[in-house]
Amino acid sequence: MTATEATTAPGSAGAVLGTRRLRTEDPPLLTGESLFVADIKLSGCLHLALVRSTVAHGRILSVDLGPAKSMPGVVAAFSGADLKDAWAAPMPCAWPVTADMLSPTHLPLAVETVAYLGDAVAAVVAESEYAARDAADAVVVEYDPLPAVIHLEDALSDRNLVHEELGTNSSYTWELSPDPVAVEAAFAAAAHTVSKRYVQQRLIPSAMEPRGVLVVPHPYGGEYTVYSATQIPHILKIMLAITTGIPETSLRVIAPSVGGGFGSKLNVYAEEILAVVLAQRLRRPIRWVEERSENSVATIQGRGQIQHIDLAADSGGKITAIRVKLLADMGAYLQLVTPGVPLLGAFLYTGVYDVPAYSFSCTSVFTTMTPTDAYRGAGRPEATYAIERAIDALAAEVGVDPVEIRRRNFVREEQFPYASVAGLVYDTGRYALALDKALDIAGYQGLRDEQARRRQAGETKQLGIGVSSYMEMCGLAPSRVLGSLNYTAGGWEAATVRLLPTGKVQVVTGTSPHGQGHETAWAMIAADRLTMSPDDIEVIHSDTAMAPYGMDTYGSRSLPVGGVAVALATDKVIDKAREIAAHLLEAAAEDLELTDGSFRVKGSPTMEVALGAVAFEAFSAHNLPDGMEPNLEASVHYDPPNFSFPFGTHIAVVELDTDTGQVRLNRYIAVDDCGNQVNPLIVEGQVHGGIVQGVAQAMWEEALYDDDGNLLTSTMIDYLVPAASELPSFETASTITPSTTNVLGVKGVGEAGTIGSAPAVMNAIVDALSPFGVTDLDMPATPERIWRAMAQASAMAQAEGEA
Amino acid sequence: MIPSSFEYRRASSLAEAITMLGEGGDDAKLLAGGHSLLPLMKLRLASPTVLVDIGRLRELSYVRDGGDHLAVGALTRHADVHNSDVVGREVPLLAHVAGQIGDPQVRHRGTIGGSIAHGDPASDLPAVCLALRATLLLAGPSGERQVPAIEFFTGFLETALARDEVLTEIRFPKLGGARWSFQKFNVRAQDWAIVGVAAVRNGSAGVALVNMADRPVLATGVEAALAAGASPEEAAAHASDGLEPPSDVRASGEYRRHLATVLVRRALEEAGA
Repeated sequence: MTATEATTAPGSAGAVLGTRRLRTEDPPLLTGESLFVADIKLSGCLHLALVRSTVAHGRILSVDLGPAKSMPGVVAAFSGADLKDAWAAPMPCAWPVTADMLSPTHLPLAVETVAYLGDAVAAVVAESEYAARDAADAVVVEYDPLPAVIHLEDALSDRNLVHEELGTNSSYTWELSPDPVAVEAAFAAAAHTVSKRYVQQRLIPSAMEPRGVLVVPHPYGGEYTVYSATQIPHILKIMLAITTGIPETSLRVIAPSVGGGFGSKLNVYAEEILAVVLAQRLRRPIRWVEERSENSVATIQGRGQIQHIDLAADSGGKITAIRVKLLADMGAYLQLVTPGVPLLGAFLYTGVYDVPAYSFSCTSVFTTMTPTDAYRGAGRPEATYAIERAIDALAAEVGVDPVEIRRRNFVREEQFPYASVAGLVYDTGRYALALDKALDIAGYQGLRDEQARRRQAGETKQLGIGVSSYMEMCGLAPSRVLGSLNYTAGGWEAATVRLLPTGKVQVVTGTSPHGQGHETAWAMIAADRLTMSPDDIEVIHSDTAMAPYGMDTYGSRSLPVGGVAVALATDKVIDKAREIAAHLLEAAAEDLELTDGSFRVKGSPTMEVALGAVAFEAFSAHNLPDGMEPNLEASVHYDPPNFSFPFGTHIAVVELDTDTGQVRLNRYIAVDDCGNQVNPLIVEGQVHGGIVQGVAQAMWEEALYDDDGNLLTSTMIDYLVPAASELPSFETASTITPSTTNVLGVKGVGEAGTIGSAPAVMNAIVDALSPFGVTDLDMPATPERIWRAMAQASAMAQAEGEA
Repeated sequence: MIPSSFEYRRASSLAEAITMLGEGGDDAKLLAGGHSLLPLMKLRLASPTVLVDIGRLRELSYVRDGGDHLAVGALTRHADVHNSDVVGREVPLLAHVAGQIGDPQVRHRGTIGGSIAHGDPASDLPAVCLALRATLLLAGPSGERQVPAIEFFTGFLETALARDEVLTEIRFPKLGGARWSFQKFNVRAQDWAIVGVAAVRNGSAGVALVNMADRPVLATGVEAALAAGASPEEAAAHASDGLEPPSDVRASGEYRRHLATVLVRRALEEAGA
C-alpha cells in the first residue's frame, strides 16, 4: 500500500499544500488496526449498563435493584437516589445564552422525575457486558406517568410542563434586532412579501461508532485515565473535574480512534461522569459501550426548529428586509451547547444576499424528548434552508427564475469585506462565480428545456431542478465574540511544533480529529513550510497528557483555527532554526533561504545546513548563539481575529414519479469555495459526506415521536440513513477565494455540504411539484407526503373549478 | 443489541435437527442464515431458549432440475439463487427477486428457506412462491409432506410448519418463457418493500403482494378480474380487494392501497397481460 496518490517532492515552500495526498489515517482504519474505545480490553474491567426510562415523562415511584443485585456477575447497582450526593455539580451547559435563561437541574441519573424516553434512572455494574445487560433488564422501576410534551407550539403554550419547578416550558428568548424600525418600514413599503413557515425535523446523528467510555483508576496515585469516544477530550477533562470534584490534575482524557461524531460527541454525557464516579467508588476499571438502540435515544439529537421567515422585496425582487422568528426544541434538558445552536444560525438568515434590514428572535422550549444539541452545521443549515427556500418562493412571487432572483440579490464581489446587517464582516466571496460554475456543470438551460418537454408531454417522470447558494461561518471563533454571546469558553487553538534531534518533526495539536484527516493535513501544513516530506512528521492529538491545551474539533473550526496555529508554530520554529543556521554558517539570518529541507545562503548555494543538522545542534547545545535556549520547539495559542466565510452553489436534479410520489435524486452538482485547500482529496470527502447528510434530511431521515413521547424510528430499519445505492455520483468542483484573515487563506469545509444540500433538494422537489399546484412541502419528502400533497392540491383545484 | 442467553446446538444432519427441535420444545428455534431471527433476538423481541443451527447442512443447499419444476434446497443462499444459471433460465422471476433482497452481505448469508419459513409479509420470496404456485417440502419426525405455498402462510409470522418440522425444499414450476414482473417499492434499496408485486402470465395469471396484509398474500381480486378478461388497469383496481394493509412509520394503509394499484398495473403491463 502506497501512502501517497500523487507524491509531491518536497522542495520549495508551497509544494505540499493543495496536493491530493492519500490519508495516512486510512491504512490502520481499513485493516482494523486502529483502536476504538470498545477495542481496548483490560483485565479486571467492569461493565456498566444503564436502566433507561420506558416512559417519556413521569415521576419515579420506586426503583427495585434487588433482582439485579442477586444476579450472577453483578458487582453493584445504583439508583439515582443512591448517587444524588455523588455529584460535585450537575451536568454542564456551557452556553447560558441569556442572563435569565431557565435550565433544570440535570443529574447523570434521574432522581425524582424522568423527562424523556431513555433518561437514565439506574446503573448496574457487572463482570461482563452480558451480565450487566441482563441485570439492567431485571431492575424494576415504577413510574407515575405525566403528560408528554412533543409539539413545540404545544410546549410554548405551557399547557403541560416538562419541568414543573421552572413554571414554564420556555427556556429563553434571544433577539438580534439592530434596527426594528427599518424592518417594519421595509415591510410597509414592500412591493412583494413572502411569509413562510418551515419545519426542521429532529435528526439522529448516527455516527458509525456509538459512544463509549473506559475509565481506568490508578488507585495509589488517585489518578484516572478516561478513554472516551468524544470530539472534545480537553473540554471533557475540565467538565469531569467540575462535575466529579476530582482535581483536574488527576484526570487524563484520551480520545482514541473515534468513528465520527457530527456534533453528537461534542458533549459531556451522563455515562462519562458516571463511569468516573463509579470507578472511583469501586476502584476498578469501568467500561460502558453504547448499544445502537441506546444511541437513538441517549445521544443528543439534531435540529428541531419551527422557522417563520418573512421577506420584503421591491418590485424588481431586490430584498429590502428579512424578519425571522424561531421556535427551537431544546428537548428535556440543556446539554453542553444546546441553547446556543439557534444563535449560530442567527447571523446567517440573510444568506448570500445584500440585505439592508433584519430582525431575528428565537424562543426555545423544553419538550419530553431526547435533548437536542449541535448536529453537523448547528444552526447554519437551518438558516440556509430558510433563506434558500424563501428566496425560491420570492422568485415565484416576482415571476423570475430562481437563478435570476439570486443574482439580483447577491453581495457583489466588490463589496468585500462586507459588513452584514447582522453584524458580521465577511472576509471574501465571489458568489456569482460559484453560481455560474455550477450552472455550467449542470447544463442549466438544457435541464430547463428537458423539464419543459416532459411537462408538455405529460410524462409520468417529471424533472425538478433546485438551486441553493449558501454561505456559512466557520472558524469558531474569536474568543471575545464568544464572550459577547455568553459562551463560557474561548475559541482559540493551540499548536506545538518540535524538530527532534534525528530530523523528525512532531506537531502537537489541540484539535481532536474523528474522521477529518488532521494527521494527514496538519503534517502537510508543517511540511510545506519546513520544505520537508510529510512522511517525516508525526501529528500528536486527542490526549490531554500529550496535548494539554486545546479547544477540540467541531464547527468546521479545526483548519481555520487549529491548522493556522500549526502554521504559525512552524514559522516560529523555523525562525529559531534560522538563527542557529545563520550562526553555524556565519551568515546573516535574513540572507538564508529554506529549500529542500536545508538553509542556504542566497547566492552561495553551496553554503548550506540541513534542518536535521540544525535540530541536532539545538539538541546538543554545543554551539548555539549566546543566550539561546536549547532545542527547537515552539508553541502558539492562536485566537482568530474573525470567523471565515465559505460559500458555494449546489444544484439538485430530481425525478418525480407522479403516480407514486417517489423522488429519485438524479444528479447533484456542488461548487464549493472553502478558500485555499490543504488537500483537495480530503475536501472532496468532506463535501461528499456533508451532501449525503443534507440530502438525507431532505428526503429520508426523521426522528419521529408519537404523542406519548415514544420514538418510533428507534432502529436503523426505521430511521433511514441512506446508502450509496440511493444517491447519484456527485459532481463536485470548487472555486478558490482565499480568506484574508488567516495566513493560510483557508476557511473550513466540514459542514458546507450539509448546509448547501437540504435546500437544493427541497427546492428541486417543489419545482417538480409546482405544475401540480404544490407550492411547499415539509422534510423529509417521503413518497407518501408527496402523494398526499399532490392529491390535496388536485382536490383544491377541482373544488375551485366547481365553485 | 445484546440477546438474552440461549443454548446453542449445531445439527450435523437433518434428522438430528428434527430431533433437537423436538427436544427443545416450544422455545426452540432453527438458525439458518440468521438474518430474520438474530435481529429480533438482539432487540430482545425474540428470546428462544434453544437455537438449533442447521447452517452447516450443506446437503440442503442446491438447485436441481426436476423436469417440470426446479427444486431449490432450503439452505441455498440468496446470492446463489440469484447467480444460478438454471434458475435464471427456468425461473427468472426467482433469480431476479433473490438479487433484490437486502444488500450483498444479506444475500450472502440469508437463505431462501429461512426467508420463507419466517413468513414475513414484508419479504419478497413468499410472494414469488405464491405467484408461481410453488410447493414446499416439510420434513418432520414422521416423515416428509408437501404443502402448496398458497396454504403455507397462516398468519402474522405464522406458517403451516409444525414446531418440530424443517422446511427442506421449495419447488417452483418452470416458467417456460412466460412473462413476469416484480415491482418493489422502497425508499432505500436495502429495505423491505413498502409494497411489492410479483406477477407472472402463463396462460392464467399469478399475482401476489408484499406487505399488503398480515401475511404474504395473493391478489385474488386481480387474478379473478384478469381471468374475466379485464385490462391491466381494470384488474389493478382490485389490487387490495379484501386486504387490510398495515399502517406503520413507512406508509399508511391508505397509501399502500394506492401503491398496490399502481404497482399491479405496472407489473401486469410489464408481464404483458
